[in-house]
Amino acid sequence: MILEGKKAIWNDYQKEIADDKYYYVRSCVRQNFFPGSETAFLKIMREELKKDVYEHPCHTTCTGIGYHGDIVPVETTMTVVARQFAIMTEAGYENLLPSCITSFGLYTEILDTWHHFPEVEEKVRRQLRKATGREFRKPKNLAHASDVIYKFRKEIASKAKYKLVNKNTGEPLKVVDHIGCHYAKMFPSKGIGGAEYPYVLAGMVEEWGGNVIDYPERRHCCGFGFRQYLVQANRGFSVACSKEKFESMKPFKPDMIITNCPGCPMFLDRWQYVINEMEGKRYGQNEEGIPVFTYEEVAGLVLGYDPWELGLQMHQTDCEPVLDKIGIDYSPEDKYNLKIIPSYSESRSLINV
Amino acid sequence: MSKHVIVIGGGVAGLEVAGQLSKVGIEVSLIEKESKTGGHLNNWYKLFPDRRNSSEVKEYLNGITANNGINLMTDTTIEKFNRSRSCFSITTNGGKELIADAIVVATGFDLFKSARKEEYGYGIYDNVITSADLEEMFRKGEIVLTDGSVPESIGIIHCVGSRDEKVGNYYCSKLCCVTAVKQAIELREHLPESKVFCYYMDMRMGGAFYEELYREAQEKWGVNFIRGKVSEASETIEKKLMVKVEDTLAGRPLKMNLDMLVLMAGMEMSAGGEKVAGMSGLKTGENRFFAAADNHFGSNKSNIEGIFYAGTCTAPMNITETISHARAAFTEVMEWLRNGKR
Repeated sequence: MILEGKKAIWNDYQKEIADDKYYYVRSCVRQNFFPGSETAFLKIMREELKKDVYEHPCHTTCTGIGYHGDIVPVETTMTVVARQFAIMTEAGYENLLPSCITSFGLYTEILDTWHHFPEVEEKVRRQLRKATGREFRKPKNLAHASDVIYKFRKEIASKAKYKLVNKNTGEPLKVVDHIGCHYAKMFPSKGIGGAEYPYVLAGMVEEWGGNVIDYPERRHCCGFGFRQYLVQANRGFSVACSKEKFESMKPFKPDMIITNCPGCPMFLDRWQYVINEMEGKRYGQNEEGIPVFTYEEVAGLVLGYDPWELGLQMHQTDCEPVLDKIGIDYSPEDKYNLKIIPSYSESRSLINV
Repeated sequence: MSKHVIVIGGGVAGLEVAGQLSKVGIEVSLIEKESKTGGHLNNWYKLFPDRRNSSEVKEYLNGITANNGINLMTDTTIEKFNRSRSCFSITTNGGKELIADAIVVATGFDLFKSARKEEYGYGIYDNVITSADLEEMFRKGEIVLTDGSVPESIGIIHCVGSRDEKVGNYYCSKLCCVTAVKQAIELREHLPESKVFCYYMDMRMGGAFYEELYREAQEKWGVNFIRGKVSEASETIEKKLMVKVEDTLAGRPLKMNLDMLVLMAGMEMSAGGEKVAGMSGLKTGENRFFAAADNHFGSNKSNIEGIFYAGTCTAPMNITETISHARAAFTEVMEWLRNGKR
């Protein structure tokens, strides 16, 4: 692999990311899948980076799953999204910051559609006005939450308590970065590093001390791909997709996987358990699984947050092997002890309206 | 008749038209941006369909341009372009001003920059090379991987940057298919133990003896032709190249490990041609090549009287067609100098 070639591509795909005053929209599913991640994101943004991040309780689904599942018509989707924009406009914000990759992809797709077909935008404006009486301005800046963590990766590194380094060997951890399909595959220019060699997570990993693995099935879907999983009859295909990736990455002996999509960590994490149950196979070292993390969880770990405060006990593939390699101080007996951690209680008033 | 014609571009078309013009006594200035003439021919080893050595064609071109008093200006580019009522004035990068009665644009083509097809990993993975890189290997007589070993399995991807909406090239570059067939045969000749796979959309064997070459590749040389587009290339832990391709005849996806991957780069309007278009007002077409005044009976004429086209600056052409087009340009220029110019 020729690193210089990759660097040239990374330089080709950079984008503007707002510096402050974000309107944050949560994911529909992440709070069930990995409930600590969005909480950790807000804590990092507000408490570590001192950024203004605003969210509104009237924000709804973007309909992305229904849209990609052919359940919700595109005009309905656009009108729902227009309503999100209207709430953002009313709150006085211009920088839209979605937590979900599919929402990010959908917002990007809709803004691009309106750019090419202004008459569609006008129609949606009429529909929104008729249905809700609301008006909206389009976002001045649209960045996925992982873009923002990428933007501030050096600041996070400067505050880091831990590095993605094996404390016993001093070697960088070998990290698989898995990018959500809707991040840049539809609009490569909207993703850091583009679609083929995305840099958004690789940049974080590098900055925080790890090494990214380039393995053959790097681009392959995690297995969520809505029709694979949401259609029950296709779920075997979903597991097969994940397995394809695990088989491909295993020879590279990864220490961990980092993801930036709601579904990817869920499926890469849960299906490892399922494959082990079905076939008795594990893909990590020492007959263990490969721990799977969201980028917020990794940022939180690097910053020294308590693993159980980050919600790592919700992972089905145990994350302790990585915690031990890094040398993170944690209490094994507190893993399933749901006592209220002081810093967690402070973060409970996150909704600011 | 004492007339001066500037020919822009010293590739096959430019040399041919310059040679023909000088033979009949026209004063010719031949402007070439590189340090020597010959264009892409300098980089090619053997030519399809008969696999003659490219040096034979170069010898021919050098022959017709030698001793005819052509004012050859290498390492020269055009920085200014002006047109008065009946004359053209060109200023070179050296500050020299040339006045001419007619201009022939023969700026040729550039090979598609294969790194733009990021999914194929050119410039990212070792042993992903282009058709031009492979010609260089043939010229050296050494087909080896970056670690010095000999490849056993080689894949050739057709239509790289050709018939590809994603990179903005809708048109067919037309010569990549036959180049792939030629190179596949040459690979088998050089490396008899190797396996060669060609991944194609359609085999466009439209030229004389192309189909015969395609048949020979299959029957004599055992080249495997797989109808399907390669979606991506990546590198395995053993440093092999893994490609994913859909075999549309078998109706199934394939994953193959290869030692070497050759990208059949298509043809694009040259950067030099774009520069000339930008400063002269010459029109370009949807395919970004120069637009001929008429596709049927005016393919050498431009939208500006007195400026003519020769060769692949208007569309992908093989060498035979390029030389014919250049000769036609010569005819048009002569007609203009004799009867058209006011």
